[in-house]
Parts: sequence; C-alpha cells; structure tokens
Amino acid sequence: MADKAQLQEAIKTQGEVVRKLKSEKASKEQIDEEVAKLLQLKAQLGGDEGKHVFVLKTAKGTRDYNPKQMAIREKVFNIIISCFKRHGAETIDTPVFELKETLTGKYGEDSKLIYDLKDQGGELLSLRYDLTVPFARYLAMNKITNIKRYHIAKVYRRDNPAMTRGRYREFYQCDFDIAGQYDAMIPDAECLKIVYEILNELDLGDFHIKVNDRRILDGMFAVCGVPGEKFRTICSTVDKLDKMAWEDVKKEMVNEKAPAEQNGADEAGVSVGSVAGGGRYDGLVGMFDPKGRKVPCVGVSIGIERIFSIMEQKAETSSEKVRTTETQVLVASAQKNLLEERLKLTSELWNAGIKVEVLYKKNPKLLSQLQHCEETGIPLVAILGEQELKDGVVKLRNVASREEVRLIVSQIVYNLSCILTKHFD
Amino acid sequence: MQLKAQLGGDEGKHVFVLKTAKGTRDYNPKQMAIREKVFNIIISCFKRHGAETIDTPVFELKETLTGKYGEDSKLIYDLKDQGGELLSLRYDLTVPFARYLAMNKITNIKRYHIAKVYRRDNPAMTRGRYREFYQCDFDIAGQYDAMIPDAECLKIVYEILNELDLGDFHIKVNDRRILDGMFAVCGVPGEKFRTICSTVDKLDKMAWEDVKKEMVNEKGLSEDVADRIGEYVSMQGGQDLAERLLQDPKLSQNKQACAGLTDMKLLFSYLELFQVTDKVVFDLSLARGLDYYTGVIYEAILSQTIPAPAEQNGADEAGVSVGSVAGGGRYDGLVGMFDPKGRKVPCVGVSIGIERIFSIMEQKAETSSEKVRTTETQVLVASAQKNLLEERLKLTSELWNAGIKVEVLYKKNPKLLSQLQHCEETGIPLVAILGEQELKDGVVKLRNVASREEVRLISDQIKIKKLFKNH
Repeated sequence: MADKAQLQEAIKTQGEVVRKLKSEKASKEQIDEEVAKLLQLKAQLGGDEGKHVFVLKTAKGTRDYNPKQMAIREKVFNIIISCFKRHGAETIDTPVFELKETLTGKYGEDSKLIYDLKDQGGELLSLRYDLTVPFARYLAMNKITNIKRYHIAKVYRRDNPAMTRGRYREFYQCDFDIAGQYDAMIPDAECLKIVYEILNELDLGDFHIKVNDRRILDGMFAVCGVPGEKFRTICSTVDKLDKMAWEDVKKEMVNEKAPAEQNGADEAGVSVGSVAGGGRYDGLVGMFDPKGRKVPCVGVSIGIERIFSIMEQKAETSSEKVRTTETQVLVASAQKNLLEERLKLTSELWNAGIKVEVLYKKNPKLLSQLQHCEETGIPLVAILGEQELKDGVVKLRNVASREEVRLIVSQIVYNLSCILTKHFD
Repeated sequence: MQLKAQLGGDEGKHVFVLKTAKGTRDYNPKQMAIREKVFNIIISCFKRHGAETIDTPVFELKETLTGKYGEDSKLIYDLKDQGGELLSLRYDLTVPFARYLAMNKITNIKRYHIAKVYRRDNPAMTRGRYREFYQCDFDIAGQYDAMIPDAECLKIVYEILNELDLGDFHIKVNDRRILDGMFAVCGVPGEKFRTICSTVDKLDKMAWEDVKKEMVNEKGLSEDVADRIGEYVSMQGGQDLAERLLQDPKLSQNKQACAGLTDMKLLFSYLELFQVTDKVVFDLSLARGLDYYTGVIYEAILSQTIPAPAEQNGADEAGVSVGSVAGGGRYDGLVGMFDPKGRKVPCVGVSIGIERIFSIMEQKAETSSEKVRTTETQVLVASAQKNLLEERLKLTSELWNAGIKVEVLYKKNPKLLSQLQHCEETGIPLVAILGEQELKDGVVKLRNVASREEVRLISDQIKIKKLFKNH
C-alpha cells in the first residue's frame, strides 16, 4: 500500500507530465496513456472510500464488442463453423490459463509476450498465447492419436504498443487441425479446401493461397550453400519477401543488418494482407508426450480479427443496416389502457416461438412504437386498437411498406407464422 | 513434478506435468456438443425476447473490480505486475456490464452475455467447484414503467427451464423492500438488516430452528424478534399473499414494505398475463445474498435436484443456493457507482446457472441409450474396392460444394468394413459406396448405416437426392 504522501507526490509529478505532453501537442495516444496513469494514481488515493474517480476504460489492447460488432461476429462465426462441420470436425475448449510450464519453452523469443498471473500462493499460471500448444497438451494428456477438431477462442499476447500500434492484446484465433497418421497429403488437401470454401463464402473478394514446403525450402538453402545452422534465420528473412523488396531482403541476408521491423506477423502468425495460414507440424505433440510419441498434425489458423475488420468496414459503407436483434414483430397499441391486451398477445406469440418485443410502457404513443421498429429494423408491427378488439381482429402492418392486413385474433398465431415464413425467412 | 520441470528449464525434453490448472477443465467434443445444445436453447429464448449481446475482455483494470465484491474480493485472480496496468480476471459479468454502460453512456439496453468468469475458490471449502466457469446473464437496463421488464425476466427463466426439459421447477420471488420492511416491523436494528438477511437466506438449506438459533446466539437478536421474523418467513403464496400483507397491521405501516408489496401485486398481474403463475411463488423466506439488489429478487429451483458434488453450503457459480438453476433481481444502484456524475441506470436481470445445467445434461446423456454425436456428418463417401481414391475425393468435393456434410477416410485403399465402422462409431447415418461395377453403370450405392437398406442413385443426381433425403 503506497504511502499517501508518496502517492500525492506521484500524482503531482504525473500531472506535470500530462500538462507538458498536452502543451507539446503530443500524440493523442501518448496523452491518453499518461492521463490513464494519472487517473489510476488518483483512484488509488480514493481507496475504498465509496465513490471515487473511476477510470472508465478497458485494459490496454483490449476492447468490448458492442451489439453491432457481435452481430457481425456471429455471421462470420456461423459461416466458418458451418464449413468446419461440413467437413466432419468436432470442437473442444480449453481453459484461458495454463500452467506456466506448459507454455514455457514453446514460443522462443515471443515468450516475453506471455501474460503471467500473479503468484497468489498456488500454481504458477499464464494466459494462453495460442490454441496450438493447448491442443498438443490436450492430445498428449488424453492420449489421443486421431482427431479432426476446430477451436475458436481468444488468446493473449502482451504486444509492445510502440511496435504494433492497432494490434490487440486479446484477440480471437480460429484453428482447424487434423491430427493423426494418415496417407500422405489427403488431410493437407482438405485443409486447403476448407480455407478456399471459407474465403469464398465470406465474400471478401478475390484471393489466392500460396503453398510451399519446409523440406523444399531447406533443400533449396542447402543446394544454394547456406550453412545448416543459418537455415532458420535465413528462413525468417526470406519470409519478409511479402513486405520487402528483394534488394532489401538480400541486403539483410548479406549484411546481417538487424531488421527494421515493419509490420511483422499479425495475430494469426501470418504477414499483413493475409487472412489465413498454416501447415504441417509433426513434432509438436511429441514434445508433450512423456514417451515422445509423435502425433502428426496439419492445420490452419483463420485470421478472424482481420476478417472482422473487413466486415465491419463493409457494414459501415453499406446502405443495409446491421440488425442487432432478430425481432420479427412488435406488439403495439393505438390507444391508452391496452397494456393487458398487449402483454397477453405478446405472451401468446412467444409461446408460439415467434420473436416479439413490446414496449415497457403502460400507454406508449403509437409513433414511438413505430419509431422503435424503424430504428431496430423490426419488420412487422401488430397494432391493437379498441375498435379492432371489439371486432376480434388485430392490424398487422409492414413497417417499411405500411401495408396493413387485418388478422383474426383467435387465429393470429397461425396466420402470423404463415406470413413470417412466406415473406420474412 | 512442477519443481522438477522448472529444473528441466529450456533444455528440450523434460518432465511434463500434463494437467490443466486447478479448478479448470477442458471440454471434450461430447461435452461441447451438449454445451452447444444448451446454449442454442438459451440464446434462442433471449433472441425471441429481442435481446442484443455484447462481449467484454477477460481481464479488467484491477480498480474496476476493486470494492465491488465485499469479502469475496480475495477470490479475484490478479495478473502479475509486468510493468503496465494492474489487471484482474473478471469475477462476474455484472460489474463489466455496469462499466460498459457507464463508459458508453448507455441508458437503455436489453442484453445477454454468456462468457467465462474466474474465482480463486478455496478448494477445502468448495470441493468440486470450478475456478473457471460459465455465467449466462440477461439484463434489462433503463427507466421503464414498473414491473414490466421484471415480469419479462421471469417469463424468460420460465421458458428456458421448460425448453431445457429438466423436470419440474418453481420460481421463488420476494423483494428487498419487503424484507427490509419486515425486519423493521419485527424490531431488527437497522445496522443488522444485512447480516440478518444472510441468515434468513439459509432457510433453503437449514431448518427454522437452526436459523433462529443463529439469529439469537450469533447475531444477537432477541427471541421475540426472531419469532416475529419466523412468522413472516414461513409465508408463501401468490398475488393473494401480497394483498393480505398489505392489510397486515404492522407491515402496512412500513412505507418500504408497502411499496414492495404493491409492486409484487403488480408483478403477479403481469405474470398472470404471461401465463407463468403456475410456477411462481411469492416466498418471504427468499433473501438472496448479493448486496446490490434494490427491489424484486427471484430464484428458480429444480424439484428433482441431482445433488451437486460435495457442495454443501454457500452460493454456487450463479450466486444461488444449492438446487437452484437461476437467480436474479432488480439492482438500481450499481451503474451509478460507475458513473462519474452518479447517474443512475435502473437494471433488472437474471443469471442462469449454466454449469449446473451442463452437469445435469451430461448426467442425462450418460444414462441415456441415445448416443451424443460430436459431429453432424450426414454421409461418408466410401469405396468397396482398391484404387478408387480419385473418385471418392471427387464425389466428396461435389457434395461439399452442394453444402452437404460429408466425410471421407484419409486412406488410399481403405477396407469397406473400417469405413462402415467409422460410420457406426460416430453416428454417420448414410454411406455412399463407390464400386467399380457401379461406376461403369454410372451409379452410386447409398446405404442407410443402421437399417442396411440400399438404393442405387444415378451419379449426377446424387446431390439432389441427398438434399431431399430426410433422416
């Protein structure tokens, strides 16, 4: 617990940092970062004394998904998961954190980007960095030799913000893998078929899939005269050909200059512009098995965050509004004192499986009820009115066209279901 | 072994502790299939009621969670200080929701949120309880006419429990204001309201005698006061009970109780219109633990409780007592705690005890004769003789392109028997068998795996036939 005086001193100093940045017209990002630190210090001063200053923000590198983004996300997941299921894949889920040692030694230099949990007296834990290592752990733990599985879940990387502006620290990975000993290249081909199908269905425009083979690369390095111990590092350099011109790549190979990092690999471990990547990895599971038993694997990781961005941008520029609910009918009233009738009809329609909303007002104005439909995209409104109720009917209006039909109350479920199936499915 | 593994360090192969963290578990494909069924039913219900959904990060700034959970704060998982912000894993979905509303200045929303939350439960106290588990929340935020959204929450719980087919259930309702009013007229000192509330809360697991003992011996109430409480908390009923209590000479003098009782009457009138009163009971002994409830509270309990493993007392994942599968209430003050100007956004919601439901469904699946499928494959494309891989892959691709769910074995020359066995093991209902003679005749044999009935389909009509076949 910081000494109060020390805290106040720190707040004063941090306040000056912020003032200086603002007067220097530093970048918004920098200012925000320092302001956040200032508010955090102030909040600590407030302590647990009831109301105090709140830093209303998410952690750096993380974000909420609002309903529109969730609707887009759901569309994307549905397309992708349908494809996986079409190919007979099962799915699994693993915990968000693993034992620290499970992740240790698997990610090379990237290990410093792993989020650790605080040592609170129990096991040492870390947030998962990808879905591949948990998959290998799962296979070894359950002694599984054959499985075709997909796994869609968030992973965590403490990326350096200066290096990777705009990159999230919490992001989705979408993996599909086939594990097991099979006749050569058939599962590998199915993985590519799956990527092809997904990218087609997502309708993201034209695409192409590059393929190569680690053995061809290594063989090529060998016959070109690359020393064995440099294979991996030369491989990383060749990998930059999708972002750098040959001259620069050659320079790096020859001069051994430290790479001026441009954009680097993104979330799926694929370079900028990519939406999916993968390959065969026969040695990983064996690293987890006490007896070193190998389980050959081939798989692909779909760059789902990239796809989300593209779809979100498409939605913004499109004239078609993205709906965040699936409501089919609003039950409305044209006059006062019809709440009872509205609630009764609403309940009947819910019981019939129809997606219905009703405003939480005893006496709402018809106009506000219609406005709610227009704002949220509800296509139909069932309007209760005193005279209509006496006649035993309900008016059903198409919100967009304003066409109306009169439906007999006692048959409303049947009639409404027919209309919905015919026109709105 | 963990210590030995650390010794191994980064020196290639070393001893592995092949396990998940304490209190966490993997979901295997069977469990995922069950989980998907349950989520589909629940989400369909939320969507049927016009709810949107949001998602929030798995960790929040530590200070967002600080001061919200009282004693339970020690159960929060912190992230290591690695030089940046201090972070903690979310403990529930309600505080992130309040943060989201305040942050985005949202005054009205009807949202559901299904996600995992994290609690470092003490294993000795809570054997069998998970530290990572799903919460499934539905909340309506906004200023509306009284009790209508509250009634819709109860309708939703009713619909979900019906559809999940978990057997008989009932939903208890009460109101924080009625409880507080009742304590007041019984003579409970104001500062003891919350602690007496926790004691009353135990009535679903303890007999009245023991609850009374705790009130008198541990919480310092006089026997008279305890007895008066005892008279009230034994009452159950419907709208009629609310009416009676409004006439109660003592309670009717208490403003809070009257407000709660009036709203309870109103609630029941709406529940009547929603046709759910057959399973809803106004029960004065319901006293849910959480401090932030300000109005109506409710809890759904299955009649046929499958005893939870080693779970004795205390709240489980949904914050409800043993036997419960859902709980919630109105909490009008929470969002205001997050808003710099203290702007209030009234909320009412419910949390579905989804882990309890998973267990029940998993147990049902184990005792059932019907196998749970982990894939949705409709057809296996097989070959009866050797050297037909090309034809198999071609047909498989054609069927995939037509949207049919198909598998093919990754073997150049698989035996027909192993292909049929794969269908039987994984529940694939149909197998399309390619054979040399049939190919010459331009047909494919389609066999129903279970019945062994076969039809011959003309190769280029096979797509269409498949699409219309129902099984």
